[in-house]
Amino acid sequence: MFWQQESECMDRKELEQLQLERLESTLNRVYLNVPFYLKKFDEMGFNPDDLSSLDDLGKLPFTAKSDLRENYPYGLFAFPLREVVRVHASSGTTGVSTVVGYTRNDIKTWSNLVGRVLTAGGVTADDVVQISFNYGLFTGAFGLHYGAERVGASVIPMSSGNTKRQIKIMQDFKTTALVSTPSYAMLIADTIREMNIDPNSLSLKWGLFGAEPWSDSMRRELEQKLMIKATDNYGLSEVMGPGVAGECLHQNGLHISEDHFLVEVIDPETLQPVKLGEVGEMVITTLTKEAFPMIRYRTRDLTRLMPETCPCGRTLRRMSRVMGRTDDMLIIRGVNVFPSQIEAVLFDVEGTEPHYQIVIDRKGALDDATVLVEASEKIFFDEMKKQKELIDTIKKRMASELGIAVEVKLVEKKTIERFEGKAKRVIDNRKL
Amino acid sequence: MLRVHNLSAGYGSLHVLRRLSLHVKPGEIVTIIGANGAGKSTLLRTITGLLRASSGEVLFKGEDIQRIPPEQVVFRGCSLVPEGRQVFAAMPVRENLLLGAYVQHKRGKRDEVAHDLDRVFGLFPVLRQREHQLAGTLSGGEQQMLAIGRALMARPTLIMLDEPSMGLAPLIVKDIFHIIAKIRDEGCTVLLVEQNARSALKIANRGYVLETGRIILEGDAGDLLANREIQRAYLGKDLDGENK
Ligand SMILES: Nc1ncnc2c1ncn2[C@@H]1O[C@H](COP(=O)(O)OP(=O)(O)OP(=O)(O)O)[C@@H](O)[C@H]1O
Ligand SMILES: [Mg+2]
Ligand SMILES: [Zn+2]
Repeated sequence: MFWQQESECMDRKELEQLQLERLESTLNRVYLNVPFYLKKFDEMGFNPDDLSSLDDLGKLPFTAKSDLRENYPYGLFAFPLREVVRVHASSGTTGVSTVVGYTRNDIKTWSNLVGRVLTAGGVTADDVVQISFNYGLFTGAFGLHYGAERVGASVIPMSSGNTKRQIKIMQDFKTTALVSTPSYAMLIADTIREMNIDPNSLSLKWGLFGAEPWSDSMRRELEQKLMIKATDNYGLSEVMGPGVAGECLHQNGLHISEDHFLVEVIDPETLQPVKLGEVGEMVITTLTKEAFPMIRYRTRDLTRLMPETCPCGRTLRRMSRVMGRTDDMLIIRGVNVFPSQIEAVLFDVEGTEPHYQIVIDRKGALDDATVLVEASEKIFFDEMKKQKELIDTIKKRMASELGIAVEVKLVEKKTIERFEGKAKRVIDNRKL
Repeated sequence: MLRVHNLSAGYGSLHVLRRLSLHVKPGEIVTIIGANGAGKSTLLRTITGLLRASSGEVLFKGEDIQRIPPEQVVFRGCSLVPEGRQVFAAMPVRENLLLGAYVQHKRGKRDEVAHDLDRVFGLFPVLRQREHQLAGTLSGGEQQMLAIGRALMARPTLIMLDEPSMGLAPLIVKDIFHIIAKIRDEGCTVLLVEQNARSALKIANRGYVLETGRIILEGDAGDLLANREIQRAYLGKDLDGENK
């Protein structure tokens, strides 16, 4: 099922033509209307008239999070505020949050792009969609809300929190699709179990999760516990919000709406493009945004492009699951790892609950990581031997699959903090 | 159907078009709107090869048509209705139309000409009434219809119109645009260059906004029509025109 089949299955040559046209008009617009870009382009000796193909994108300057912060709040808007009908902000995960804006037309485009993601994840006009993202400045809730309305689904603007009530609504309103962060979905799933509710008695069919990194193992857990088909979707406020990319039901990479976003993957050190298919930092240029266009925005998110065609028929290229942010990368004794990789190992080990935290300390010159993970009830805390076996298994798996040596501590159920929005998996004591 | 890639053109050292890209898909009306002097006519002249581009390419059905003579472009199915109509004033309406059928003769489709003429008369009944009148005696609106009719006689798959509303009264403009939409509905693709942005966007599928030789915005016609910045810049004038 497609939401905008013509665009989602477009011939690649046609797509490139469209991208070039849209890039040209975006560059002309920002050069005319945003002093920041005018200055930046001039400094680099770049004139939009010099662009002759998409390959010239590399001649353009990058835009960084710091540029957004320096131009706070409205400095990078390309349309006058009177045309702006909505303002949102980033979540503030990495510091002070930044502001973005939308024209009426941007909202329409956004709704359609989220419509694509929802449709790709199974949602139709017949579904009852419970939006359990926090409503507010965060783009997640309103983005999914408008998209779900656009496809004609019945939208429950639930917001996050009050988990028992979420479940009651889910039962009473016969929710068929859950939209939230994967970590919050897990909390909902656990709470359902605790309340002794049979997941079979719910009407849930689809889970559309995003806004934070998660692993395939977590997906499987969620699918089993909630009896749903779960897909991953990705976006960031700076270029729009959710709707940038989303998985189809083949669950193998997220189709990027390349007719609206031009994506590059670069080596964050050298800033040069990596080879097609290699992992690097994603850089995004918006092609249709009016109020808040972005030229070569450095997302700090690590992923790779998947050039192979997808059996679903979409020609839009896929990106792999985001491994994490460059900011979140842990360097444990010289090995780079992401919390999501640790998560994948933990979840595949029998005897643990899907709740964990990683504590980083500095011991001398070395970073030291301790993984705290909740033991499931089956492990009795008085059985020291069993505990030790479990810890050894996890350590061994970490060593063989990720190449890292970490301390592992089993903690009792429910001792690790739960999250209703984006989970905070890493506690970094080095900065304290 | 038509793909313009990085087209630059101008007159001598004067650059009018700067690396402009656009495309037209089969069955669409695509409109290019822009103020006077934005480069609209230059664009059409360059696309049809009347003016040589300094860089870039124009692909019509996959073939670069800048490298072939203008009459060959018509033969391949791409006709231009130039700005200011340019009908042959001293010739009767019918003869003017038959001139347009010249490529049909070259294609060896002489026997279809009568049918084509009928079709044009069907679209523009007033031309049938004036069939034997000299074109010079027609009103401005009728001359525009004649110019369009003549282009249709070549059986184009893509028809390009340069400001068909120019100098015409609002009611006539309405008629002409109605007919352009009909031409599209009958299967002919249309590239419409217009200063009368509102009327053009109303019938178009997609649009491009041209400013000083550059595209600054593109999108679905309905979205452009609803865009308040566009309204302010390009639609205000038409509003007054419609109210007159
Ligand atoms: N499906 C996903 N998988 C992994 N990470 C995701 C996914 N979707 C979103 N993200 C993360 O969320 C970010 C976008 O969130 P948002 O714009 O709300 O602000 P933030 O990045 O959390 O906070 P701030 O930019 O203020 O530090 C992305 O850059 C990415 O790091
Ligand atoms: Mg961010
Ligand atoms: Zn797919």
